Amino acid sequence: MHLDLSPLWISLKTTFAATALVLVLGVAAASWRTGRQSRWWEVFDGVLLLPLVLPPTVVGFFLLVLLGRNGPLGSLLWRIGASLVFSWPATVIAATVVTFPLMYLTACGALDQIDAGMLEAARTLGASELEVFLGIALPLAWPGILAGTVLSFARSLGEFGATLMLAGNIHGRTETIPVAIFFDMESGDTGAALAWASIVLVISLAVLLAMGAWTRYQRAYLVRDFARTKRSPRGA
Amino acid sequence: MALEVEIERQLPGFALRVAFTAGQKPVGILGASGAGKTMMLRAIAGLYTPARGRIALDGRTLFDAAKGVNLPSRSRQVGLLFQHHALFPHMTVEANIAFGLRKLDAGERARRISQQIAAMRLTGLDQRYPSQLSGGQQQRVALARALAPQPGALLLDEPFSALDTHLRSQLERQLHETLAGYRGVTLVVSHNLEEIYRLCEELVVLDQGSVIACGSREEIFRWPPSRQVALLTGCKNFSRAQPRDAHGLEAFDWGCTLRLAREIPRASAYVAIRAHHVRIAPVQASEQTPDGNTFPCWVAAVSEAPFHVTLYLRLHAPPAGPSDYHLQVEITQDQWAQLKSQPFPWFAQLDPERLFSLPD
Repeated sequence: MHLDLSPLWISLKTTFAATALVLVLGVAAASWRTGRQSRWWEVFDGVLLLPLVLPPTVVGFFLLVLLGRNGPLGSLLWRIGASLVFSWPATVIAATVVTFPLMYLTACGALDQIDAGMLEAARTLGASELEVFLGIALPLAWPGILAGTVLSFARSLGEFGATLMLAGNIHGRTETIPVAIFFDMESGDTGAALAWASIVLVISLAVLLAMGAWTRYQRAYLVRDFARTKRSPRGA
Repeated sequence: MALEVEIERQLPGFALRVAFTAGQKPVGILGASGAGKTMMLRAIAGLYTPARGRIALDGRTLFDAAKGVNLPSRSRQVGLLFQHHALFPHMTVEANIAFGLRKLDAGERARRISQQIAAMRLTGLDQRYPSQLSGGQQQRVALARALAPQPGALLLDEPFSALDTHLRSQLERQLHETLAGYRGVTLVVSHNLEEIYRLCEELVVLDQGSVIACGSREEIFRWPPSRQVALLTGCKNFSRAQPRDAHGLEAFDWGCTLRLAREIPRASAYVAIRAHHVRIAPVQASEQTPDGNTFPCWVAAVSEAPFHVTLYLRLHAPPAGPSDYHLQVEITQDQWAQLKSQPFPWFAQLDPERLFSLPD
């Protein structure tokens, strides 16, 4: 059996790109959001979280309407000679939009849990808002953000509906593993579908195990453990 | 060194409206929960913005609503010690202390860190994480961290509240030592009257967001200007009263007339005495009679602590029940041991030197 590996590379490229993008966007949005409380922010949250509850095909449909040649954004892009629809970036956009709520929610949760007193202490010690965020908030929220990243990675790797709507199924350009599995099954190539499904299983398991190990390492400092006092000092 | 505070802000339920000046001597902030103490500290530290007013430290304006000045916390040079240390859990003791010293060069930073570690008796703990320290050590690190940048003002918000009694008194002594060498303004908020009295020579008493007394601790404890101040400084015994002459008044709730050593202002409406200041004798000493202020009393209830005993006394007649009492009196366990077998009535003497009148 010959298996063309291009869906694997496309899937990995898309998943890593979308995860990186969603990590930055999700954490930025969450940090901007924390500490702001009013009805209007709940509406704002609702809009951001919509992709989580909408069927992916519906998300893909709206993206297509937005980015298609006659859509408000698509027509602008068309004018400068670019088109996103049915191209590789479309797979990244679809995966990013669908996974964004997961990252945003977990990052909001992680940032909200931080004792406000610590951030205030940092401010009274002369830290700028950026220093407070990078030096205190981000490291303390890191375990939660990491969990969000892994969720986003997994969701992105499995993204099917919105990707198919926006990026289509162009072999060697936009065909990701989930899309390949669907079309392999449809054309009766059960062996190829099984191979792809196994690959996804292995990648997902590896990611989960890696997250577990990393979280244990990260949380070591939160555990009262005098035996570890001799651990290498962190920079002052 | 001086901190001038004059701020206003409407809060849910009351208006925060405080004005006072603090100098080199540590100032204690007394007040019931929700009187606005923490809010005031936060306003000085720049973590809370008042609606009106002005805050200045050593002539430097930190906040001035009229001029639109509102320095961010990071530029105020005001150190704040939180109730629950607020140490950064992902940093070592050393890194925590170093956090406020980032702008110094490496040599000076190292010097300040080792100076603080020695002063706070943290030697050998510098590479530990906060979770690996005891509660007292954590609070000492927090104090070291707040002091290391040499702030112009140090604000302590219930600094011992998370500690047990033994650690409390240890840390209190350490803080006393530290404050003696500190050349800035210190404000201490605490619920513990004795702690605040020992640490601070000056007091500011807050009630419902307003300053209701300020001055030396001796003056405020000896002659509280109002009933609220007397209550907040721990006075337990009050009676409605009306002045009869310059040194005599009638105490309605206690059903007696009393002589006071100090001249009684005409506007006095209450008379009060602290629980420690009531003297009790099993028999009426004859030489006390001309003094007056001595009344037969019966015990309505007793509450024993390890080293002192609180008696609830009914004057003039036996009590109808445990809550039928006029005076709350503190005596030592030794005094109690001698008294308790004696037959009633005993005699309570309200020392004219210790009685004080209050306007409201």
